[in-house]
Amino acid sequence: MKRIMGYSDRISVCPHDTIRFMVSSEAAGDYSARLVRVIHGDTNPEGPGYKEEAIASTVTGRYPSRRQEIHAGSCAVVPDHACLADLGSFTVQALVWPTTPAKGRQGLAGRWNGRTGAGFALGIDESGGLALRLGDGRGGVAEVASGKPMLAREWYFVAASYDAATGTVSLYQEPLVPYARTDTAVAITTPVALRVPGNVQAPVLFAARHAGSKGSRTLFAEHFNGKIDRPRLACRALTRLEMEQVRGDQIPVALQSSMLGVWNFSKCISSETIWDDSPNRLHGETFNLPARAMTGHNWTGEEMAWTHKPEQYGAIHFHDDDLHDAGWEVDFELTIPAGLKSGVYAAHVAIDGDEDFIPFVIRPPRGTATSKLLFVLPTASYLAYANEHMVTDAPLAELLTGQVSTMQPADMFLNEHREYGLSCYDSHSDGSGVCYSTRLRPIVTMRPKYQSWLGGKGSGLWQMNADLHITDWLEAEKLGYDVITDEDVHDEGYTALAPYSVFVTSTHHEYWTKQMWTALDAFKKHGGRLVYTGANAWYWRIAYHPTRPGVMEVRRAEGGIRAWAAEPGEAYHSFTGEYGGLWRRNGLAPQRMAGSGFTAQGFDISSYYRRKPDSFDPRVRFIFEGVGAEELIGDFGLIGGGAAGLELDRADRVLGTAPNALVLASSENHTGVYMVVLEEIYINSPGLCGGESDLVRADLVFYETPAGGAVFATSSIAWAGSLSHNNYNNNVARITGNVIRRFLDPAPF
Amino acid sequence: MYQITPEDRQYVDEFRKTPVGRHSPGLQRILNLFRGEPMAGKYVLVCTKPHREWMLGQFTGVRGEKIRMTNQSFTSLDEAEWYVFKQRWKRHTGEDLPD
Repeated sequence: MKRIMGYSDRISVCPHDTIRFMVSSEAAGDYSARLVRVIHGDTNPEGPGYKEEAIASTVTGRYPSRRQEIHAGSCAVVPDHACLADLGSFTVQALVWPTTPAKGRQGLAGRWNGRTGAGFALGIDESGGLALRLGDGRGGVAEVASGKPMLAREWYFVAASYDAATGTVSLYQEPLVPYARTDTAVAITTPVALRVPGNVQAPVLFAARHAGSKGSRTLFAEHFNGKIDRPRLACRALTRLEMEQVRGDQIPVALQSSMLGVWNFSKCISSETIWDDSPNRLHGETFNLPARAMTGHNWTGEEMAWTHKPEQYGAIHFHDDDLHDAGWEVDFELTIPAGLKSGVYAAHVAIDGDEDFIPFVIRPPRGTATSKLLFVLPTASYLAYANEHMVTDAPLAELLTGQVSTMQPADMFLNEHREYGLSCYDSHSDGSGVCYSTRLRPIVTMRPKYQSWLGGKGSGLWQMNADLHITDWLEAEKLGYDVITDEDVHDEGYTALAPYSVFVTSTHHEYWTKQMWTALDAFKKHGGRLVYTGANAWYWRIAYHPTRPGVMEVRRAEGGIRAWAAEPGEAYHSFTGEYGGLWRRNGLAPQRMAGSGFTAQGFDISSYYRRKPDSFDPRVRFIFEGVGAEELIGDFGLIGGGAAGLELDRADRVLGTAPNALVLASSENHTGVYMVVLEEIYINSPGLCGGESDLVRADLVFYETPAGGAVFATSSIAWAGSLSHNNYNNNVARITGNVIRRFLDPAPF
Repeated sequence: MYQITPEDRQYVDEFRKTPVGRHSPGLQRILNLFRGEPMAGKYVLVCTKPHREWMLGQFTGVRGEKIRMTNQSFTSLDEAEWYVFKQRWKRHTGEDLPD
């Protein structure tokens, strides 16, 4: 079991920048820390093995162990305010769409002092129905409950009023859609003996219950799963008619002075702010990034973009496993000294036989380049898969891989510690898709030495640990290189790429923002050369949070291989308002970027490429120097035993492959586990798997660009796993080296 | 859902020789049934020594619950595949396959 883990506040730094590291160690005694430059992460004894360069730094030392906890679950908080100071009578109401009403107590809206037990809290009780809890602050608690469970995924109007003068409580639980023989409506008016004090001294809280504090952190409990729309707080007991009158966005003049809070979640959707339309301006903040731009109770289906009809997107979907920032205290920090080579680095922490690597990139000194060759680490894609739980949650995992799933100790930890946050391949505990992911937490899947169940027979490599095969080969070939992240490209645009002549990709950079796309497109238009050593790239359009670095969003809109599907009307990113889904459905299929795009996937064994007539064209003679005409390319390797495997791309003129592109070789003989991607299937039919469909193949593609540059695509995630075969002496390494050396030559193509 | 037939016995040797990789359509159909079983009781291998040793476990089917570990340990993934195949074959056919 994992006992030590950590994360950093940044993932890419330049010399003189400072990066902070947060560590949780459950072992006794001090743990050790040191800085390493990571060269190779694959521990497979069939390959070259793990490689690092130890770096002397101020980080080196021993640090006291301490357990740092993560508190997942989202909510929204409005700080206590003077206008709430003497609140006696009140009405609290909202429209809610519970997704797990049967899970136990859940907070909806309230003002409850967790320390004194004073206040009120409207929520769902153990019966799955609405309940109002009142506390007098002296240990007395009264509760009025509907006693009828609400239906999951149905909109309800819920309200409770309390008249302090008479001690009368009214409670309403009303479904917006009626069903025959299914009555879940409740209206109760009853006296309570207990008196709620006016001076509660507590924030207004939505979707959770205040549970005290620990250190400087406020703790929450009883997190609600589901949507809340248009919550209201009034300073007196409204009648049912008055509740109806303030349900909408226009508050009648006669009732305006009774309203303390008229929250409008359709405003400030791209932020963490919750907006109060009332003159009191009881604005608040969401905590742990609940999903915004969610369809409200009044969504008609006539408009799909929240930016066009925000008033129909007044709901926030809260989850009990949302997470933004683990919020751990800093254990140590490092100011990057001058003179460190650009590369992939990690803070290595270890204790009692367990270890963790906290990876990050050191860039060249700001504004400079130390090589003409650039390797870009795809951290957005790492975030999309961060701490994924497919093997523990999805029965189809074993079908995808064609082998019994294997798990690592870190996977076991994640299975039992859902508070470490989910990936965009997971579903929340209520079954809704996870559209946000953050790097401000330990990410066990983004580590050297990590073996993934998804990484094929052999080394089991996926994402970062597969990408380290590329850095290892660059080192072995003595090809100097700089490293930056895709997040840097997003932030800085073409400026980040301009100093370089060759852009070498990762094995699988599936998730790209518009800013990244236009930056790389500009690089090509300036004559830059692109070496695409992977597959299934430029697939999903994503967005970054506008003010919170390290948080990405993906809306899994129509089409594509998806672990979940965006609900109707929820295909536009909340962070930017951009349409989500595949880049292909946004008019920019990956073939337009690199001549090749996603066509098939399978995760058992890999295969090889066979040369095609185009490979003998004099234009590409340089690529095949030292490669025989009849040689199979890549019929070896650590990822599934071949260079063509896991996910595969193909050239397609219709999807944007340049007309001058040459298809140099194609893979063949893939297993029946390989299947054609969903976006190619309009009418499903037999014959769509490896060995049957011509679409199950990887194309080796080359083409020249108008600016004198060129593009080379391997179209396979497994390619990198063959580079080190036979002590780096093999045709995959030879072809890759031939391409990169010619691409570094400034002579135009 | 597919049900194993007596004719499927011919594919057992094929699996024994190649548990992971290119399979005949007949064997693939059996494996789609076996590998597609629901999470409750589904087998999983937990790595105990990287690239060298794995323990067999089973999921409970309840999100977040600990995996139930068996006492079966393997030093070869192919042997682990064969063991799991035999358990599933027995459950579907009642037949104990010889080693």
